Amino acid sequence: MIEFLNSIQNSLIYKNFFLVLSGLDNTILLLLISLPLGFVLALLFALGRVSKITLLSRTIASYIFIIRGTPLLVQIYLIYFGLGSVKFIRESFLWYALKEPFWCGVIALTINTVAYGAEIFRGGIQSIEKSQVESGLSLGFGKFLLLRKIILPIAIRKVLPSYGNELILMVKATSLVSLTTYMEMTGIARKIMAKTFAPVEAFIAAGILYLFLNFLMVQFVKYLEWKYNPHLRLNN
Amino acid sequence: MFKFDKLVFGDAGWGDEFLIATLMTLLVSILSMGLGLFLAIITVWAKILQNRITRFIANFYTTVIRGVPELLVIYLIFFGGNAVVMSIAKVFGYNKYIELNALTIATIAIAVISATYSSEVLRASYLAISKGQIEAARALGMNKFSIFFKVISPQVIRHALPGIGNVWQITLKDTSLISVTGLVEIMRQSRISSNVEHSPLTFLITAAILYLCLTTISGRVFKTLEINYSKGFST
Repeated sequence: MIEFLNSIQNSLIYKNFFLVLSGLDNTILLLLISLPLGFVLALLFALGRVSKITLLSRTIASYIFIIRGTPLLVQIYLIYFGLGSVKFIRESFLWYALKEPFWCGVIALTINTVAYGAEIFRGGIQSIEKSQVESGLSLGFGKFLLLRKIILPIAIRKVLPSYGNELILMVKATSLVSLTTYMEMTGIARKIMAKTFAPVEAFIAAGILYLFLNFLMVQFVKYLEWKYNPHLRLNN
Repeated sequence: MFKFDKLVFGDAGWGDEFLIATLMTLLVSILSMGLGLFLAIITVWAKILQNRITRFIANFYTTVIRGVPELLVIYLIFFGGNAVVMSIAKVFGYNKYIELNALTIATIAIAVISATYSSEVLRASYLAISKGQIEAARALGMNKFSIFFKVISPQVIRHALPGIGNVWQITLKDTSLISVTGLVEIMRQSRISSNVEHSPLTFLITAAILYLCLTTISGRVFKTLEINYSKGFST
């Protein structure tokens, strides 16, 4: 029995698992900042996208077009290597954030998720039935109240499944930040693979952790769906 | 800041290198999309087969690959691909060292990722075909082979095209990750050029514009295809 336990402790998967686990907090830290920020900004951008101000709507539309048309890796590199090479940015206060791979990652991930999120929320906002807005207006709701009480709650709960997809894509996207020398789980897994040439063991260790993170994300979204769709619950 | 003169063709600039890199990106995307579709058909077949084992394997494959970052899958195939191929070759009695070239590794890696997305699209469009049609074809005495090619395939293509268009865009963008394996495509080329010229902004913006062109143009192509394939299909 003890021999068996020892052999597990000495196995590469076991050792790698804890090595990769030490990068989990860095991955979660990236998500903790970029996801809430991305959510709020995506909502604002979606409202701007559907607004009647043509200039604002057009600007946001082209922003979404550019971000969705280019790979995230280009965006990360542009912020980390590209902006860092510009002299006046290096001399400005922005440099305090941009010299850290972590903040570059957060900025790139946020920019990316805002574009995808805004498009998702726009779909939700535009799918709201006109009669609901009209009944709100007939009750004397102001614009802000209408937004807060009718449009946003209905829109957000409608798009929860597709926004959940975007959240999972974001969990996976954090792995790209490892290419800017920021050591999160994928970065550590890469280091292990290059050092020990045991790619499968490192892949399993990191894969389990990512699958677990994504599983938590799915459960979280399911809970939100359950909470905000009381009319769809089976027993009430 | 943005050095236009570095992008001319010929020895003075990086224009021709970027052209070749763009073609390489396109080549990898097309190859891996094709291989991915082939893998996806097998996966869908394994899923709709009334067999618990094949279904479990197919579900396990799609769940794991879709739940794990693309970069991790690429690292796995990049660092582990050679060993797998060599152990397969050993079974056939070939004991020499084999090294896969970067293009093969890139194609396989991206195809493995792209196949999981394609398989979901194909499965949904297969399920959209009403059972009555397959029964009708069987009643007409068609064999399995002709049912697949004459009844199922045309309709699956029609239903799946918008989804496949999305998968294509994802695949095209995923090829940028292949730069970590050393294959010189757009992303790698922009890193090489910016290291030589000490001007990352120029070449990264060039890369972004090239990707934007590729996604936009292929988006148009898929729109045309969709219109073409939904002829006589009133919506």
